[in-house]
Amino acid sequence: MLLEINPLVLPDIGLVFWNTIAFFVLLIVLGKFAWKPIIKAINERESGIEEALLKADKMKAEITAMQNENEALLAKAREERAALIKEAKEASEKMVAEAKDKAKSEYDRILADAQVAINQQKNAALTEVKNQVGTLVVEVAEKVLRKELSNKADQESYIKQLAEGVKLN
Amino acid sequence: MNCSRIKSLLVVCFGLFALLFSTSLLANENPVVTDAAKQEVSEGAPKEHAAKKEVDFNVTETILEHIKDEHSWHLWGNKSIHLPVIVKTNKGYEVFSSEKLVEVERLENGTYEFKPIIYKGNFDYKLIEGKLKIVDANGNVDKAANKQFWDLSITKNVASLFVSVFILLVVLLTAAAAYKKTGVKSAPKGIQSFMEPIILFVRDEVAIPNIGAKKAGKYLPFLLTIFFLILVNNFLGLIPFFPGGANVSGNIAFTMTLAVCVFVVVNLSANKSYWEHIFWMPGMHWSMKLFLAPIELIGVFTKPISLMIRLFANITAGHILVLSLICLIFIFKTVFASAIAVPFAVFIGMIELLVAFLQAFIFTMLAAMYIGMATEEHHHEKAHGAHH
Repeated sequence: MLLEINPLVLPDIGLVFWNTIAFFVLLIVLGKFAWKPIIKAINERESGIEEALLKADKMKAEITAMQNENEALLAKAREERAALIKEAKEASEKMVAEAKDKAKSEYDRILADAQVAINQQKNAALTEVKNQVGTLVVEVAEKVLRKELSNKADQESYIKQLAEGVKLN
Repeated sequence: MNCSRIKSLLVVCFGLFALLFSTSLLANENPVVTDAAKQEVSEGAPKEHAAKKEVDFNVTETILEHIKDEHSWHLWGNKSIHLPVIVKTNKGYEVFSSEKLVEVERLENGTYEFKPIIYKGNFDYKLIEGKLKIVDANGNVDKAANKQFWDLSITKNVASLFVSVFILLVVLLTAAAAYKKTGVKSAPKGIQSFMEPIILFVRDEVAIPNIGAKKAGKYLPFLLTIFFLILVNNFLGLIPFFPGGANVSGNIAFTMTLAVCVFVVVNLSANKSYWEHIFWMPGMHWSMKLFLAPIELIGVFTKPISLMIRLFANITAGHILVLSLICLIFIFKTVFASAIAVPFAVFIGMIELLVAFLQAFIFTMLAAMYIGMATEEHHHEKAHGAHH
């Protein structure tokens, strides 16, 4: 050799030999019993986490959709309820009004009937009073006449008077 | 407001206290460290006289001694782990202890000197500048015999590499078992939760952006293995004592092996359009195509070579930096130099922690990028055609 090589940069065959063996032993043993299971486990875990995250996202979306649906349902229910209440109110108002009308007409009818009846009764009463008065008058007149005509002289004078009035034509 | 002011004051006080404390501690430890350094000096320069060593402190030798590979793993004093030496010659394999390659001698000042001695096996073996060579009867390197000499010893770096492999196997297989036990549905716990972000980082920041989600899975085990091997060796290299201390990822042989692996993977997985872009760049004039082909072909090799050199240089540079700062104490021959050297070494050590991660990341990142380039589906072929 022309150049004297520093022993530091001159590889020893012994170390190269043992290093090659050591490296291949490591590569094979670690490759089979360490890296393979470790990497497999890590990959499994990673895919598991990924899956779980995806699932969580999906669940979240599902929950949101459900919530939206619930809200929509609630809103619909509320609307329905409002409509029902409104309808019921209207119906009740209508019923009340109807009842009122009916009551009024009934009242009117009853009133009218009552008036008719009152009038009838009144007329009947009046007629009766009239009849009674007539009878009483006749009776009184009879009694008066009887009393007036109890003596003969009065009778004759009265007949005369009447006869005078009834001048034969 | 008040609270943070008190906090910063406390930090300053504690910092000052720690600095003083570390200095005094180092003052106590200093003789020991010096001994160790001397020892290494003696190892590196055996011809020097014991008496002279007090004066001559060779920084370069000391640093290189720490960065280089060794046949035994030095712990402290005269204690070392004697690693087996395995050699292959034309007379077959031979295994013996590295203890037989050195002779420990206790010096008068209580330190130890490690002298390389000749071991007589099938050939005469001796450590020459830390490397095992066949020597002749006179103790000189036998060049002819060394041509058929293979040193396959379990050196310090190899042993450290095995330690890192063991750590990786234990940690990652524990983590993998946890996945099997607790299943995918539960959160990660313990080691599992520590490893998972790093694995995910490699997958999401390195593999997928460069290779594409579809093909990344195929190359992910390779990239993860490279990343963790470099990372653990980088970190082990930062620990200054056993079981760290070896400079594995700062060794060219280590980075070369990994770079070659990347080179093989890249070129084996390369598709037709990758080769077309190298040898016959679409959408160019034919003269330009001829001009670009050799450049692109060189690029095929420079890519892994750059990987090899980048990791080697970065880690080695970091180690040299820390060692140089510590060596300042021995250069100035005063305890007070540690007041500057130690905080700086700690600071560089912190940066090294970052570099350890960063270099593992960059190596893996570039490997992924090269694989991505080789496997990329080009959808702009028609656009190229329009230029003709």
